[in-house]
Amino acid sequence: MWSFSKIANLIHEWLNQTFNPTLATIIEMVIVGIAVIGLFAVLGLVLVIMERKVSAWIQIRLGPNRVGPKGMLQSLADTLKLLVKEAMTPSGSDKFLFNLAPYIAMMVAMLLMAPIAFASNFQMWDLNIGVLYVSAVSSISVISILIAGWASNNKYSLMGAMRSGAQIVSYELSAGLSILAVVVLTGSLNINDIIQSQANGWWIFKGHIPAIIAFIVFITAVTAETNRAPFDLAEAESELTAGFHTEYSGMKFALFFLAEYVNVFIVCAIGATLFLGGWMPFHVGNWQGFNHVMDYIPGSVWFFGKTFFLIFVIMWFRWTFPRLRIDQLLNLEWKYLLPISMFNILLVTAMAILGWHF
Amino acid sequence: MVEELGTTTEGDLIINVGPQHPATHGVLHLVITLNGETIKKVEPHLGYIHRSIEKMCESLTYRQFIYVTSRMDYLSAHINNHACALCVEKGMQIEVPERAQVIRVLMDELTRIASHELWWGAMAMDLGAFTPFFHAFRERETINDIMEETCGARLTMNYMVPGGVMADLHPDFQKRVKAFISLYRSKIKEYDEMLTGNIIFQNRMKGVGYLSPEDAISYGCSGPAARGSGVSCDIRKLYPYEVYNKVQFEEVLETAGDSFARYMVRIREMNQSVSIIEQLIDNIPEGDYQAKTKAVLKLPKGEFYTRVETARGELGVYIVSEGATTPYRIKFRSPGFSNLSALDHMARGSKLGDLVAMMGTLDLVIPDIDR
Amino acid sequence: MFLVKYIKEVFGAIKSLLVGMRRTLYYFTHHKEIITQQYPDNRETLKLPDRFKGEVVMPHDANNEHRCTGCTACELACPNGTIKVVTKFDITPEGKKKKAIDKLVYHLELCTMCNLCVIACPSDAIVMDQTFEHSVFNRAELTKVLNKPGSKIMDGVE
Repeated sequence: MWSFSKIANLIHEWLNQTFNPTLATIIEMVIVGIAVIGLFAVLGLVLVIMERKVSAWIQIRLGPNRVGPKGMLQSLADTLKLLVKEAMTPSGSDKFLFNLAPYIAMMVAMLLMAPIAFASNFQMWDLNIGVLYVSAVSSISVISILIAGWASNNKYSLMGAMRSGAQIVSYELSAGLSILAVVVLTGSLNINDIIQSQANGWWIFKGHIPAIIAFIVFITAVTAETNRAPFDLAEAESELTAGFHTEYSGMKFALFFLAEYVNVFIVCAIGATLFLGGWMPFHVGNWQGFNHVMDYIPGSVWFFGKTFFLIFVIMWFRWTFPRLRIDQLLNLEWKYLLPISMFNILLVTAMAILGWHF
Repeated sequence: MVEELGTTTEGDLIINVGPQHPATHGVLHLVITLNGETIKKVEPHLGYIHRSIEKMCESLTYRQFIYVTSRMDYLSAHINNHACALCVEKGMQIEVPERAQVIRVLMDELTRIASHELWWGAMAMDLGAFTPFFHAFRERETINDIMEETCGARLTMNYMVPGGVMADLHPDFQKRVKAFISLYRSKIKEYDEMLTGNIIFQNRMKGVGYLSPEDAISYGCSGPAARGSGVSCDIRKLYPYEVYNKVQFEEVLETAGDSFARYMVRIREMNQSVSIIEQLIDNIPEGDYQAKTKAVLKLPKGEFYTRVETARGELGVYIVSEGATTPYRIKFRSPGFSNLSALDHMARGSKLGDLVAMMGTLDLVIPDIDR
Repeated sequence: MFLVKYIKEVFGAIKSLLVGMRRTLYYFTHHKEIITQQYPDNRETLKLPDRFKGEVVMPHDANNEHRCTGCTACELACPNGTIKVVTKFDITPEGKKKKAIDKLVYHLELCTMCNLCVIACPSDAIVMDQTFEHSVFNRAELTKVLNKPGSKIMDGVE
């Protein structure tokens, strides 16, 4: 059976046989780079059409249905339009920083791709502090928003950026603590180890109530970290027109837009990896037959299935809830999520020491 | 901090909300002085959509000027037309047949529900929840279809004429209205699920934009904006016109005075309107839908004032007649203008995000403010 | 108890959010609730009510005859000056001069569909039509002459 890891190994062996090792490594890097950019483009297209369809069905509409079969090529058409649109730089803006900000947003999203395991043994960089790396790098994304808001020389943008700064810095804490819950249970920061530890059951099932609490806190916190509604204060359109990207247009806007969706994908992938077993199939106790059938489904399908389920949940939030106010947003973090996740980490630690989990 | 409110000092952020801004639903221009996220002062600038409707009305005859008033508060176009027709009837001392009165009240209440439905959706959209907007439009669309069938138009119907209504009810009217009521009853629960009970929504609304009863009166607020503060001001109850004194309904009052109270007033008012429609829909008396009037209306010399309760509050129509076929002077007392004046008072000291909640619950319709 | 209140608050909040999410999930999964009408595609099935005010037209019968006497009641009733009645004098068989319309000019671009002209007309010569697709490339096309060329007034309409 063909799997991603087999294909990767075949390419690796062929390259090493044909070229000398240095050149082979360079070619591999180029291939990985192209693959990441390709994945970005595909993800952008898929997630945008998914968002539009989800919102349309929730809002008793049909959604895009003109371009391509059932409107599936709509986001391609939108991308084309954004590509040919003039990317303006306002005259009063800090030109260098203004143009730099979208690239930082993209760069962060690309860096975050590195430790994600898409399938068994299919990972760009299996580093032993994968989880720490993810939470460290994801906090850089606030810098791009702050730069964008500052450099635009626009009051709405500045306010959006400042809101976003306060928001991301606070929600990082509870996101980190809820990730820590799984790290405590596993005893490793390595993403592969975390997935392997879920071979006999996902942490959300094995970890009892504390894991579920950690999962809920995680989903809430990452929704806030990715600036998605109901925490989209940075771009609250009824208050700040479009927040930090008010002045951006054309491809520069598209990069922010793409980075938002890729960030959503990445945090959902992390969530799926930590709590839902990554590419591990769904197994139920001793049902050998059932487990065997589940094993037949490739790991990448499991991974993408779980990730897209989480993405759907985050979209579902967006199209259901009203937006919070800035002080309520910070109240939610500092008065509810942080105490709860601190208490929760205590529970998890006790549970891990006493071995109460399965 | 508190004593600084209402002033602009060095270092304050002054931002424009409007005239082109997603929050204002029109061309209202608010100049907001901010200290961080805290609002120090809100200054509404008007005049972007001033079409001098009052002056236009002065050059039109008493039959013609009614249609112009649909363009003031376009969400309660029927009720605007009703107010003008009432004023002309008062001047001419025309006795409106009972059937016409019932039809007018039915249409008024349908318009009120439609207006509140749109308000519900638009306010939710301001607060960042997009879905309710589409769900509210589903019910509103049913009312629009009913209007289209009987009046021939969906928004600016021009159905009221001095002496009655322009045409008789469509034969399907009763059936369609009953279908709407059953649809409404099945869907109003969803409104509570989607918004009213939602913890985020309640936190956004409760305690936001407090308006004391004294302030509500002194700013001249009317309609749900004042009734949310516990000020009894429903013209339908206090000065009943048409058949409002023959139907059973309660004046909705909330005492909290915050945005959530104004929200609840409108939600409960929709239920009251439905109950009025239910009482009348099976009891539409037979008879003429229009009184016999002279071909050319000439109001006697004098001054005439009538007021009605629109979806937004008290609409007054003041006509000064010199005995000619056109009014000498006409003046509208529009509810939105007075309600807007309370915005600065309400908004001081609250966060920028609250401003949209307050504007939402004041239910501002900009052409009504500017005329 | 502070802690009990705190926990109750959290659970109440989560419950209120789940109620809303259940409602949106219902709509997400029930596509029959979709109410979108795909307008240009449903032209055949689109049925507007008879009273819909689309534009003013003057019905003509099979003999190219209309009911307009040229009394200018509609012109007087119109608040916007949308209608201009241009009259001429026909010579009746008896040799008398009789007032009749030459052209009834209707400015659709000025019309607000208020229906006042239709109710003002004493001989029911003009009615509201249900057409509503009025967009044209040239503004002048919106100025219409309602009576057809060569038409004349019906017998018996005074």
